[in-house]
Amino acid sequence: MIEINEIHKGFSDKTVIEGVSSLFETGKCNLIIGASGSGKTVLMKCLVGLIRPDSGRILYDGVDFTAMTEDIKKEMRRKIGMLFQGSALFDSMTVEQNVMFPLEMFSNKTKAEKLRRVDEVLDRVNLNGAHKKHPAEISGGMKKRVGIARAIVLNPQYLFCDEPNSGLDPQTSLVIDKLIREITSEFNITTVINTHDMNSVMEIGDRILYMFQGKKEWEGTNKEIIFSKNERLNNFIFASEFLQDAKDMRMLELRGKINEDRNMDDLLK
Amino acid sequence: MNIFTRFGEFLLMLKGMFTKPEQYKVYWKELMHQCVELGIGSLGIVSIISVFIGAVSTVQTSYQFISPIIPRSVIAQIVRDSVILEFAPTITCIVLAGVVGSKISSELGNMRVSEQIDALEIMGINTKAYLILPKIIAALITIPLLVIIAMTLGIWGGRFVGDLTGILPHQIYDKGLLDAFVPYNVTFALTKAYTFAFIVTAIPAYFGYTVKGGALEIGRASTTAVVTSCVMILLADYILAAVLL
Repeated sequence: MIEINEIHKGFSDKTVIEGVSSLFETGKCNLIIGASGSGKTVLMKCLVGLIRPDSGRILYDGVDFTAMTEDIKKEMRRKIGMLFQGSALFDSMTVEQNVMFPLEMFSNKTKAEKLRRVDEVLDRVNLNGAHKKHPAEISGGMKKRVGIARAIVLNPQYLFCDEPNSGLDPQTSLVIDKLIREITSEFNITTVINTHDMNSVMEIGDRILYMFQGKKEWEGTNKEIIFSKNERLNNFIFASEFLQDAKDMRMLELRGKINEDRNMDDLLK
Repeated sequence: MNIFTRFGEFLLMLKGMFTKPEQYKVYWKELMHQCVELGIGSLGIVSIISVFIGAVSTVQTSYQFISPIIPRSVIAQIVRDSVILEFAPTITCIVLAGVVGSKISSELGNMRVSEQIDALEIMGINTKAYLILPKIIAALITIPLLVIIAMTLGIWGGRFVGDLTGILPHQIYDKGLLDAFVPYNVTFALTKAYTFAFIVTAIPAYFGYTVKGGALEIGRASTTAVVTSCVMILLADYILAAVLL
């Protein structure tokens, strides 16, 4: 579980995050959503320690991350896995070497044990035949899966995903979302996802934090979001007419007016 | 950002490199990789330049030598000392500032922009120690060796062209090479080589590591890195000559 308390962060004279507090639960997909420039990427960078907040506390299972010395922070980071927006794979290495890199750096396992672990995680993300390929030779979706494999190879307790679906087609996005959800519950890790993808919000958003101009605007689950009366949130999430219609149908579905197999014939009559 | 801020950042970057490696084996592997990249990778261009510099030195020195009372073997002495004192260390390192400097700067810049450096940081790796230190150490190992090769090939180039064109037969050239040889000149040249090796790796590494933005900024950083390295090499060249000679 990760708890953030009154996080403030500014650059020069511009305040980017203003007093954000929230709780990211273990075994759940915790989403941070918001328009571009709302401060969600900065918040995520504060969470993983790439940026130091001006004030506020970040507690990893009760341990204050912001008060840690750099050496202890380094130890702590080994419990953190992160999937980057552009995957951030090392260009000069093959898929296998990319995934093995954290093991090479931080484990004293034998070469055979490391290879076995790499096989396991690549198998887990359904990337069996890509061991010897370089990042330039694989698709965007495959890169994301390699990124996930690299993030989980050391069995992290916390997984951060920065816009995992950006640049992917809807079908591949679904695959990535499903994978993140499965890994989260399978390994019981605390997953924090920074996303713009409304499908992800509805499908895997166990807990959602909506940010607006650096502040927490709304917090709840993907079911609560449907019934939310927050105008800014509604304008952001259900921006198009199509999404508005989809929301209305989901509301009806949740209220039991459409049955589970989505047979809407009665409703349309 | 003013020059003092940049210099302060540069010193902090250097200070940040010195921590205990997370895994010695991985760092060693990276050092060897960098030795191959910087050393073997630059051998071809350094060889070509050195041979031609030696050859041109012989031809031009001979052209300016019109007095019949000065023995022709002095041409070899001039070529030898010019190559050892100046051409081999300085010209080689200026070329390396372009070849190696732009490579280091754009490589690190690309890693920064594509979040690869952030990925390493999140893993708990000291990126300054892992990405920059092996490059500097590799340069300190390989560039003095390249300079020694450049000296040898430069002098050989002069000898070869002297013979080929009939300007200076190799018997006279060889005699000139042995006359009034000062071994300290080699020590001085190697001192320069170590200094320049540090400059051609540390400065581009700083500019690449601190890139912000995208492809345009990587290109700019690369150009700034090469220009700054060349200017610093010339400045260091003057200071070393004034202090050590």
